[in-house]
Amino acid sequence: MFGEYSLADLSSIFVMQGFAGLILFSVYVLMALGLAIIFGQMGVINMAHGEFMILGAYVTYLCSTFFQAYLPSLFPAYFFVAMALAFLASGAMGMLVEWALIRHLYKRPLDTLLATWGLSLILQQAYRTIFGPREVGVELPSWMMGSIPVTDSIEVQINGLFVIAVTTVITLGVAVLMYRSRFGAQIRAVMSNRPMAGAVGIDTEKVDRTTFGLGCGIAGIAGSAFTMIGSTGPTSGQLYIVDTFLIVVFGGAASLLGTVASAFSISQTQSTLEFFLSGSMAKVLTLLAVVGILMLRPQGLFTLKVRR
Amino acid sequence: MLQTSPSPLVPPVMPGAAPILAIADLHAAYGQSEVLHGIDIDVAPGEIVAVMGRNGMGKSTLMKTLMGIVPTKSGTITVDGVDVTALKSHSRVAKGLAYVPQGRMIFSTMTVQENIETGLTVTGSRKVPQDLYTMFPVLLEMKGRRGGNLSGGQQQQLAIARALASNPKVLLLDEPTEGIQPSIIREMGRTLKKIRDERGLSIVVSEQVLSFAMDVADRVLVIENGSIVHESLRADIDEAQVARFLSV
Repeated sequence: MFGEYSLADLSSIFVMQGFAGLILFSVYVLMALGLAIIFGQMGVINMAHGEFMILGAYVTYLCSTFFQAYLPSLFPAYFFVAMALAFLASGAMGMLVEWALIRHLYKRPLDTLLATWGLSLILQQAYRTIFGPREVGVELPSWMMGSIPVTDSIEVQINGLFVIAVTTVITLGVAVLMYRSRFGAQIRAVMSNRPMAGAVGIDTEKVDRTTFGLGCGIAGIAGSAFTMIGSTGPTSGQLYIVDTFLIVVFGGAASLLGTVASAFSISQTQSTLEFFLSGSMAKVLTLLAVVGILMLRPQGLFTLKVRR
Repeated sequence: MLQTSPSPLVPPVMPGAAPILAIADLHAAYGQSEVLHGIDIDVAPGEIVAVMGRNGMGKSTLMKTLMGIVPTKSGTITVDGVDVTALKSHSRVAKGLAYVPQGRMIFSTMTVQENIETGLTVTGSRKVPQDLYTMFPVLLEMKGRRGGNLSGGQQQQLAIARALASNPKVLLLDEPTEGIQPSIIREMGRTLKKIRDERGLSIVVSEQVLSFAMDVADRVLVIENGSIVHESLRADIDEAQVARFLSV
């Protein structure tokens, strides 16, 4: 399959596809971070996670339309406002859902799966009713468009660099929050043993709600970033939810580092293979590799070694 | 066999003082099956009370009910004059109860220091008080280690330190000697008395090991099938009689 390319072509292709893979990796990491917190830490299978992401994408779309119409002078900076609003909107809806639905189902994980699947259907239809069935695109400010030529045959997109930067900041922020802050310690205590966390004085209900809201809020940011690489439709979230679960399980639940490493390997494999093979063939090979590795290492790539 | 009346038959350690922990006619149930059938215990400030009984007689359920992990069916639990019966676990901790569960239940993936810090939640302070590390020097040595990698005795010390971090008025310990080697059990008895003397708190400890209870407790209660069936001060305890309650 490499036959028709020269060596120089091949190296450029690998670099460019590697960069495209990095962008995909960034969106995957943002999606998977939220899920790693909700699924990995809380053990809740949130099938509506993709819809929380799409909510963030729609908020970004609304922001872009609003700024274009009413505040054109501030349009170049709108994306930062949009990301903050996407975080708040998805986070607030996450806390509402936790309060109304999830908290009644902590002892019944399979019912959570069904309930959140139903929620995802409801949300998809709500998006279809409100925003219409057609996909919407987001207008990017001019400074985020175009690409920087690195060599004659290699170019990197500016919006790609932006997504990568955002992902780095958010990932570091989440790592600091989970492993360096008191709130993070409370989250980990609740996830490790809920009744005991209550018995040492932690308000477990508040921690649960905030954690769920945080995970959904990060999904909202992922949705905001997602608008730069794809168009937003009511069912766009569905395309990513399976991949995202795959990443969290492959990385090893409850390990942020594992989530990042697995998102990296899956997105790079996928992106590089996609150029040479068809998209579905690339997916098949990636999935086969993941299934093979998970059969040898069911606990995922990274796990903490402690006596239980 | 004598049934305890609501007022204790024997005077508490500090006569005249109001009880720091008052349990009145406490009933608790798992679903429809009632496990505690009206427990009455008054614990005086600074008193160590041992609740003894065989497996399945309701010791752990009593502890969990006091902590709000098992729901109260009827009756009241009062800590230092405040009725905590309707409160959730974390609010009870804020009112002065602390709990060292059976099997210790430390957070195994978190470090020793983080484990102790979880106990600080209700106090609002951020730093582990120095006197906890003075009391348990091994925890200072191990403070960066994950809790799950500690030995049983070290985990027990960690669980006690975590409970003490919330500055409790009453410390509840559920079978602290379970799975601990005998030399460390004696050490633990000394530690518990030291904690009581230094901090002036009251301790309720559930036990199956009579020698340990005789060593630490001011008063021994025997629970059987969810009711208190025997009560005596350490000074005039009839060991043979209590041992009969404990033999299988």
